[in-house]
Amino acid sequence: RSLPLLEKLFQNESGCIPYRWKNYWIRGVLSIPMISSFFLITYMGPIALIVAVMGVQIKCFHEIITIGYRVYHSYELPWFRTLSWYFLICVNYFFYGETVADYFGGLVQREEPLQFLARYHRFISFALYLAGFCMFVLSLVKKHYRLQFYMFAWTHVTLLIVVTQSHLVIQNLFEGMIWFIVPISIVICNDIMAYLFGFFFGRTPLIKLSPKKTWEGFIGGFFSTVIIGFIMAHLMSRFQYFVCPVEFNSETNRFSVECEPSDLFVMQEYTLPAVLQNALKWETVNLYPFAIHSVFLSSFASLIGPFGGFFASGFKRAFKIKDFASTIPGHGGIMDRFDCQYLMATFTHVYIGSFVRGPNPSKVFQQLLMLQPEQQLGIFHTLHSHLRERGMLPPAATQTE
Amino acid sequence: MVVILFFGRLSKLTAAVSHNRGASPTAGVPNPGPRGPVSSLRVSSSVFQGSDSELKPDKDGVSDSESKVDSGVPEVPVPPDDTPEVLNKALSGLSSRWKNWWVRGILTLAMISFFFIIIYLGPMVLMMIVLCVQIKCFHEIITIGYSVYHSYDLPWFRTLSWYFLLCVNYFFYGETVTDYFFTLVQREEPLRILSKYHRFISFALYLTGFCMFVLSLVKKHYRLQFYMFGWTHVTLLIVVTQSHLIIHNLFEGMIWFIVPISCVICNDIMAYMFGFFFGRTPLIKLSPKKTWEGFIGGLFATIVFGILLSYVMASCRYFVCPVEFNNDSNSFQVDCEPSELFQLQEYTLPSVLESVTGWTTVRLYPFQIHSIALSSFASIVGPFGGFFASGFKRAFKIKDFANTIPGHGGIMDRFDCQYIMATFVNVYIASFIRGPNPSKVIQQLLALRPDQQLHIFNSLKAHLIEKGLLPAMEVNA
Repeated sequence: RSLPLLEKLFQNESGCIPYRWKNYWIRGVLSIPMISSFFLITYMGPIALIVAVMGVQIKCFHEIITIGYRVYHSYELPWFRTLSWYFLICVNYFFYGETVADYFGGLVQREEPLQFLARYHRFISFALYLAGFCMFVLSLVKKHYRLQFYMFAWTHVTLLIVVTQSHLVIQNLFEGMIWFIVPISIVICNDIMAYLFGFFFGRTPLIKLSPKKTWEGFIGGFFSTVIIGFIMAHLMSRFQYFVCPVEFNSETNRFSVECEPSDLFVMQEYTLPAVLQNALKWETVNLYPFAIHSVFLSSFASLIGPFGGFFASGFKRAFKIKDFASTIPGHGGIMDRFDCQYLMATFTHVYIGSFVRGPNPSKVFQQLLMLQPEQQLGIFHTLHSHLRERGMLPPAATQTE
Repeated sequence: MVVILFFGRLSKLTAAVSHNRGASPTAGVPNPGPRGPVSSLRVSSSVFQGSDSELKPDKDGVSDSESKVDSGVPEVPVPPDDTPEVLNKALSGLSSRWKNWWVRGILTLAMISFFFIIIYLGPMVLMMIVLCVQIKCFHEIITIGYSVYHSYDLPWFRTLSWYFLLCVNYFFYGETVTDYFFTLVQREEPLRILSKYHRFISFALYLTGFCMFVLSLVKKHYRLQFYMFGWTHVTLLIVVTQSHLIIHNLFEGMIWFIVPISCVICNDIMAYMFGFFFGRTPLIKLSPKKTWEGFIGGLFATIVFGILLSYVMASCRYFVCPVEFNNDSNSFQVDCEPSELFQLQEYTLPSVLESVTGWTTVRLYPFQIHSIALSSFASIVGPFGGFFASGFKRAFKIKDFANTIPGHGGIMDRFDCQYIMATFVNVYIASFIRGPNPSKVIQQLLALRPDQQLHIFNSLKAHLIEKGLLPAMEVNA
């Protein structure tokens, strides 16, 4: 499975690197290009990241569908490959349309065809999906009903897992690149740290599904990930490039990441609890609030994230495959690398939605504009009294224009 | 030995499956399928000796026999006639051929009257009924999954399926309650916390179920467990999400609930009648009883029926007004000023109709025009839901989803076309009829930061002044 070049390297060394280290070398060597390409894409900016996420999503979908074909020997089923890809395009169209309408509101309002597409977006997506559904029903062939239904369900579950979560990744990205980079790095770090701790100290097996995982690796990975995540969050919080929400600048037609950093990324003083005060002799400590959030993200990545990996292991054992594919030598397919990431992305998205940000203001304003005039007036008055109560508006009548 | 084990499990299974059907299976052990006893023996031995023990160096990496299991699975036995004794006695005089029609006819009348009664009882009862139908459909489909995969004995599985059903329902009902019962929620402190962190709580509950699933994976049954996991999730996707769309439609106005359901029922009955009297050309191989004549006749009949029904209903406030929750009386009310959709308007007929009918203009509710779109969808695309369900039943070799309604099958048999219709109506309403829900917008507004609120306030004020809704100088409300 490894590259021929690397094969030659190990052969020519003729015993310089012992054969049993070969696998580790290959894995290590391939990790470096993967991590470097991650940094490179981050440097290139939001558009490159979105394209990369899209690419990963398509590859994961392809890998899982190919497994389905092999399991059910259904390569010759009529229409099926076409329908799977068609459903992928439909669902992506639906999600990208919602994203574009949300974040590119200004651009959409300008162009007439885009306005039409945005207004009837749900209807158009539903019609496209229905067309695929009807094609599926018409393509049912007498001897293959069961197989066709299995592949239909397989496609839909894959879409549910892979596509929805990749769009959550993109929404996290728009919230601020730090919400994209830190979770992914934490999962990678947990992988590596748990592996190292398990390698050096591992003794008690963790779960029957993955015999190579150990409790020592699990706990060691947990603590080291929390610390590394904390440090990384602290380092990244001072850069506007990472911290600001990604916005589309209507005038320059490009993405811009510039803003006044929110409270989350401004250093604050925290009073240490008494026990830590005695230990460290500091009374207060300056922290970014985001670093505290990163502790929760790291804990999730270390404690619950591995369940995504166990799920994928169980899946591979259930269908008796060793890896999802052979794309990356030594590591397996793209899906093998991303199985824990998906759960993390969903958690980050729910976390942001619940604890960090409110709704998107431009989206709320758009919805306001779509209401009936009397409803708008009613909301205006409610908002007016609310703001006045909070002291945001001067109590006397003012001219505003 | 293995054969005995195999058939023993099957008979235990059929006994378990039919325990709620009120009758013991008269059929013996079903046939193993078209491939013959030898291969099924091989199949059964690999299934029950633990397929994970051998890792065949197949090119595909997957054992060949596993796929044969799927095509050679024995049929779920056809349950015996379950008609209640009362009906049996009443119809004992008729020949067997007509007996079936009578049973179906009587049950149809009973179901339709039941539908009218619950409409009369009001929105709360309707919501309960939708919930019950959803639970019963879920139960039926999951039971089929158990019988297909012989997975009644899988550890934890029944618990997990119902747990996931609860989680998804909690998520959806929470969103609905937060939207429509906003003021009530704000008043009660525990409800407020639940609604603020609703998504997080739902996600945590779901994750717990996910982790329990992973922990419950047992060595010999990985594939079965993954199949049941997938089966549960697809069922949830189809049944639960769409029943919540039905409830959303209901809150929009009972007419958006009643008219689509009636159109689908009418299309069923009309297509059946037209097919019965005039049917000649078969429509699709999946359902050999359907004919083109029934299809087209049903389309026209349903459109006419839809127009008439909406005319009758659009004049009643009870049906037309959005369902609202009155905070003071703590009950639902349907009282409002009907929107433009439900006020008679004059339409000029195109000249071809003018010469035919001799009228120049006609007074219609705009809703009747929408009802034409709804009826057309129910007649043209709705049947695909039925074909999908027929294909599903043939794929898994079952005659009906269950035996709940004598002569008709299970609840899912009656509701298979309804689900697509409900989704369509929801998308239709969102795209063409209403805008966003104002109370939801207020919620989101109040959740924003103060500076964002101020910014929106100023933009809104400018917008309203532009449209002339606000006098330019007035700011004090």
